[in-house]
Amino acid sequence: MDETDITFFKDGLRLDGRRADQLRPVKIEVGVLARADGSCYIEMGGNKVIAAVYGPREVHPRHLQEVSRAIVRYRYNMASFSVEERKRPGPDRRSYELSKVSREALEPVILTSFFPRSVIDVFVEVLQADAGTRTAGINAAAVALADAGIPMKSMISSCAAGKVADTIVLDPMKEEDNFGQADLPIAMTPNGDITLMQMDGGLTPDEFRRAVEMAMKGARDIYEIQRQALVNKYSQLTDPGHVEAVVQ
Amino acid sequence: MDRKVVVPGDLLSEDAKRSGEGTYIRNGSVYSLLYGLANFRDKINVIPLAGKYVPGPGDNVIGVVKDITFSNWIVDINSPYDGLLHISEFPKRIESDDMSKYLRIGSSIMTRVKDVDPTMKVELTLNDRKLGQIKAGQVIDISHTRVPRLIGKGGSMISMLKKELNCNIFVGQNGRIWIHGGAEDMDLALKTIALIEREAHTNGLTDRVVGFLKTEKGARS
Repeated sequence: MDETDITFFKDGLRLDGRRADQLRPVKIEVGVLARADGSCYIEMGGNKVIAAVYGPREVHPRHLQEVSRAIVRYRYNMASFSVEERKRPGPDRRSYELSKVSREALEPVILTSFFPRSVIDVFVEVLQADAGTRTAGINAAAVALADAGIPMKSMISSCAAGKVADTIVLDPMKEEDNFGQADLPIAMTPNGDITLMQMDGGLTPDEFRRAVEMAMKGARDIYEIQRQALVNKYSQLTDPGHVEAVVQ
Repeated sequence: MDRKVVVPGDLLSEDAKRSGEGTYIRNGSVYSLLYGLANFRDKINVIPLAGKYVPGPGDNVIGVVKDITFSNWIVDINSPYDGLLHISEFPKRIESDDMSKYLRIGSSIMTRVKDVDPTMKVELTLNDRKLGQIKAGQVIDISHTRVPRLIGKGGSMISMLKKELNCNIFVGQNGRIWIHGGAEDMDLALKTIALIEREAHTNGLTDRVVGFLKTEKGARS
């Protein structure tokens, strides 16, 4: 990893001109799909992700249903055109894993006991990928769940931190993810309960603490944008919600 | 009235006693469960902007028969859960073989939820003079979250509509509404209900609807 000749910093700024602790621009639109119960489109830097929520609805196939609560199904899928080299369409090992961890990131806040014998389906489609699609997917899915009127204890926001050239950076983009030393995505509630944490690469205990802290700050900033997007949708009910915010 | 848009997890009050519908309590404080409008009265209620209808005992609903079993009609009630109308809940005594003579697949009925058990088995009944099969008129769909505004406080809105529109109206809690009356009256009723659904979140709705009806009627005569 280290023997690449990429320089990650120029005059203290990153390849795309960000500071080490700066998010990429985030844009969230609520209610973009007419036929879904809830939906959300999100852009986080070069990532473009759309999330749709259906339900609670009847469970098919029947044997999956639970008598006392709703089940949650989460499907993370990358479009074949979402990356530079065409991705073979359909589920693979990576997307199975991301679907599972993303579902488990959202499930703790959903009040499944309100809807016994039903299913809440979440579909996340990655239209364009630029590192951090799982975090973008979770952010979009949380907004779409709220838009669908599903009772939740709180929202979920997600953000990653990474390590490149021995520096901890927030929200790594593709170059930093591919040639960096570590990647640490987290998802959490606004009051700091972490529901997802993964790590790829290596960090010392001290670096790990700083990376978690940085990712949590990023997630809090994203929460504010999610919240604003939902509030804006209400104030202009005739139009789809629209908010553009650049976190400094 | 004090109202505010809230998202799930918003802190609403530090007094646990004010927790109402659409809220929950954690560490003695009240938080929102839903994305919707919070009403701050004695109790704080959060009214959702979207969501599926979950049947409760005593709800009047409009359903469509989607299957017939040995002794039950299975009824779609615009909800994640199907309704079961047992043969004994039909106003008159009929034989199992004759069920499809009275209600066929596709028949629309005005019905009432008799009971819902913890596994969400929904039992329906037709044993009331107000209830029965729909044979004339129109049924329209609105979001079930708007139904309370259509009925109004203590039924004020709906009784005003029935009188002013000269129509029979049956409001299903599941967001299906049956209207029956003269062709012109029904047209106006559809327009009025669309207006109520669109502006359900605004204050002084009843007054605005009265004004709307007055101008529409004035244009007609």
